[in-house]
Amino acid sequence: MSIIAITILALCAIGVTAAIILYFVAQKFKVYEDPRIDEVEEALPAANCGGCGYPGCRGFAEALVKADDISNFNCPVGGAAVMSHVGALLGHEVKAADPTVAVVRCNGTCENRPKTNQYDGAASCSIAASLYSGETGCQHGCLGLGECVEACNFDAMYMDEETGLPVIIEDKCVSCGACVKACPNNIIELRKKGPKSRRIFVSCVNKDKGAVAKKACNVACIGCRKCEKECPFDAITVENNLAYIDYNKCKLCRKCVVVCPTNAIHELNFPPRKEKPAAKPDAKTVKPAAAKAEVKDAPKAEPKANDSKEETSDNK
Amino acid sequence: MNTKVLVAPSPHVHSGDSIQKNMYGVVFAMLPALLFSFFYFGLGALVVTLTAVASCYLFEFLIQKYILKTEVTINDGSALITGILLAFNVPSNLPIWIIMIGALVAIGIGKMTFGGLGNNVFNPALVGRVFLLISFPVQMTSWPVSKGLTSGYIDVETGATPLAIIKEGLKSGQSLSSLMDKIPSNMDMFLGNMGGSMGEIAGAALVLGLIYMLIRKIITWHIPVAVIGSVAILTGILHMISPEAYAGPVFHILTGGLLLGAIFMATDYVTSPMSNKGMIIYGVGIGVLTVVIRVFGAYPEGVSFAILIMNAFVPLINVYVKPKRFGEKRK
Amino acid sequence: MLKTFSIGGIHPAENKLSAESAIQALPIPQMVSIPISQHIGAPATPIVKKGDEVKVGQLIAKSSGFVSANIHSSVSGTVFKVDDILDASGFRRTSIIIKVDGDEWLEHIDRSEELVKDIKASKEEIIKQVGDAGIVGLGGATFPAHVKLSVPPGKTAEVLIINAVECEPYLTSDHRIMLEKGDEVLVGTQILMKALEVNKAIIGIENNKPDAIAHLTKLAANYNGIEICPLKTQYPQGGEKQLISATIKREVPSGALPIEVGAVVQNVGTAYAVYEAVQKNKPLIERVATVTGKSLKNPSNWMFRIGTPVKDIIEAAGGMPEDTGKIVGGGPMMGKALSSVDVPLTKGSSGLLLLPREETARKATKACIRCGKCVSVCPMGLEPYLLMVCADKKDYERLEKDAVMDCIECGSCSFTCPAHRPLLDYIRLGKGKVGQIMRARK
Repeated sequence: MSIIAITILALCAIGVTAAIILYFVAQKFKVYEDPRIDEVEEALPAANCGGCGYPGCRGFAEALVKADDISNFNCPVGGAAVMSHVGALLGHEVKAADPTVAVVRCNGTCENRPKTNQYDGAASCSIAASLYSGETGCQHGCLGLGECVEACNFDAMYMDEETGLPVIIEDKCVSCGACVKACPNNIIELRKKGPKSRRIFVSCVNKDKGAVAKKACNVACIGCRKCEKECPFDAITVENNLAYIDYNKCKLCRKCVVVCPTNAIHELNFPPRKEKPAAKPDAKTVKPAAAKAEVKDAPKAEPKANDSKEETSDNK
Repeated sequence: MNTKVLVAPSPHVHSGDSIQKNMYGVVFAMLPALLFSFFYFGLGALVVTLTAVASCYLFEFLIQKYILKTEVTINDGSALITGILLAFNVPSNLPIWIIMIGALVAIGIGKMTFGGLGNNVFNPALVGRVFLLISFPVQMTSWPVSKGLTSGYIDVETGATPLAIIKEGLKSGQSLSSLMDKIPSNMDMFLGNMGGSMGEIAGAALVLGLIYMLIRKIITWHIPVAVIGSVAILTGILHMISPEAYAGPVFHILTGGLLLGAIFMATDYVTSPMSNKGMIIYGVGIGVLTVVIRVFGAYPEGVSFAILIMNAFVPLINVYVKPKRFGEKRK
Repeated sequence: MLKTFSIGGIHPAENKLSAESAIQALPIPQMVSIPISQHIGAPATPIVKKGDEVKVGQLIAKSSGFVSANIHSSVSGTVFKVDDILDASGFRRTSIIIKVDGDEWLEHIDRSEELVKDIKASKEEIIKQVGDAGIVGLGGATFPAHVKLSVPPGKTAEVLIINAVECEPYLTSDHRIMLEKGDEVLVGTQILMKALEVNKAIIGIENNKPDAIAHLTKLAANYNGIEICPLKTQYPQGGEKQLISATIKREVPSGALPIEVGAVVQNVGTAYAVYEAVQKNKPLIERVATVTGKSLKNPSNWMFRIGTPVKDIIEAAGGMPEDTGKIVGGGPMMGKALSSVDVPLTKGSSGLLLLPREETARKATKACIRCGKCVSVCPMGLEPYLLMVCADKKDYERLEKDAVMDCIECGSCSFTCPAHRPLLDYIRLGKGKVGQIMRARK
């Protein structure tokens, strides 16, 4: 019996001693942490995608708590709702940021952009991009090896077998920017989602001269500047033989789409052209300011369009 | 040209080596020992081998196809090796259902749970073998006595291995020299005339396999030499200290599957270190552990356990034992 | 035992199909495209414009820094345009395109075949002349030669090593130069020795070229301080660090240049070009390339003008075989696959290899079986399997710690891997990223 008693006593004594030591050690090495970090982290979506630019949601929460002004911070996954919640927690005023979505700016499908050789190396866009100009005559466009799809944590992308291009599933895209970083040719961009997901963008990143670009790809931007001249809102700039539409200035009037000789400018989620009159009131209800501007500037834009036509014919 | 030219990063040619070539090379190297076991144990050996190989293939196929739903890679030859090695490690009169359990454990638990070929930590055949040894100790240690080609499958006399004879004898207080008379001569043991598991008895045949693999550059000399060398040195020292209590190095090398382990199981690509230095450390570890288990442990033989234990150290060895770098700055 | 380097190495099938074929002059094409970036370092700056008349040997693009090289016109004619075209690098880059008209050389270039043994130029004059002539390392790395000849202050060169190893399978251009221009190579070597102020030079030749070893050994008796060193055939012996290890048993420390151990390595083709530049005033406007391949009708060696399109040299060797799967600029181990036959041959084109499809097409990648073969063949003692995984997982810290920057991209690991894993593809990618990170840190 005494053996058992001694054993129990000894174990208890060891336990108590260890507990006391642990208590003091814990006191000594305690690290103070702002309790708000936990609260903020709780409010974040816990996707740990890194879209905010910080290492995971915890890192973002720490940065948010530390910052005096959180207006420059944005959680692309949670969007405005989460940010205003975080703002409330931290006592900051938060303006709602426009929701954005990833857009693939290349339309070099197998048909539009014929292959001139066959890549046989490791299936990685980065490796192909560092090796040479790619399987086609275009050295700027999509390499088609799907590094962006691999980078997507939200199953919001897939490679279209037929076109060889990545496709973004808009409903699933949280605009974290992982694909943008993954693409070595920078063909993916986060653009404003737009009212009713309506967007207009130049689906090309080819900076080669017009003739070279056109030879490589049927739907390449050839830098003809027709759209730049057509745009009533100065939203389009052409640099290095490539047009770019500033989504903050674009009022979705779709004039550029029509003039583009290579169909490089794409419109998304618009109703069909024939119903154009019907589309206008629709746009008005969504964004009256934009629609008004469109109407007001429309007459001015007309002569501009004529100018551009004349100029291009001169060039020919 | 109809087809488009290929573009890829260098190098543009390949040695032509492949996983299959290496795996079937190992299988070819195992043939002498396999044929010898057929000759020595007769029908039983054939039944055991066929069962083990067939079940390994079957389980690998079923798991890859229906559970993991990945590409089926049973053609790479690794299941064949696991099957033969499993057969090599069991007595030739083992019931078929036990072999199938062994194969299931080897492939299912030893290999596929880790993600298939290349990812397993432990040698699959040994995982199966040790599982069987612990679960079915009686069946796993009743070794049939050879009757040559005519022997049947189940109804044979059984006997003990030389290692077991020595171990039991020493435990019951007999002297080593008197026990030595009960076991076969060194020459007999080298040629394979003794009791034991199917593949472990034929020392000469195993060495033939080793020579073949070294010539084909399937494996390097580091692991076999380190294992056998360290066992020889350690048992040699023990034998010199007390010749009556400890058997000599030749006996230890030729018995208990040490050659089988050193040549075919410790050298398994997946579960051995990558660098030459690492391989030697790993080999010496196996040698030392084998001797410790055999001489001081409860089991008469320790090769399987020693290899499995060292398998667990391989990731650590890979991290800490780096190959000698060219032009490395010496401190 | 013949000498070779200390660790790793492989022995791919040699396939020196064109070793018996004497060097022939390739006809001058109608149009040449001369890229302004044919070397490691800053691209040269074009100094001609559309419509300018140029002569053979005339400077058309000027070196734009210390690590850069002059570029001369290889033909006479009119500058057609200066434009971006696809070149052997695989990208569109600026080239000077010249329409050929006759073959009029600048007058000061000595075009005679006569051997000029007497070296009149001083050390400084030699280095200047090599720089002016736009000579780069002709082994394939195309590092400007004058930079290597300018020994940094505080360091001294003890020995010049001439790389005549030609360890790449298939290629035979250096082999033919040694056989046909032996004296010129040796005079070139002496010029380089004078520039470096060393009195010892070692010419390392692999023993698969016994005729070259015998020929040069016989000739070298007439020259002071040149030693011919036969080496065991082993790839990648032509790597600078490996060659130094093989010939003088010294290890260049990680991250350092050969001068650290007192050695300077120059290619045998470079030695010949230096001879021509210093003794004959001839800038680097032509070089020898091997055009070869198992299915090719006539594997052979050609002296071509820089800027000649690849298709011309293929035509000269009997045309493109039906089964061609890959067109490689350089050797099969380190050469670069070309995506078009219109790209121009440049200073770095040591060969053109047409590989049959089945010989070169990659097999499906399997899981790593951890056989350790990549580790045992790596001549730098690295762990390719680990570097590949780290590069794929973007663990750049670990890559740097495990010395990815030591990788010489010889391809022995990918060549050997039984699972056909694209080890070097990923290692090269990781190396690029780590290099960027390291430069950013500075």
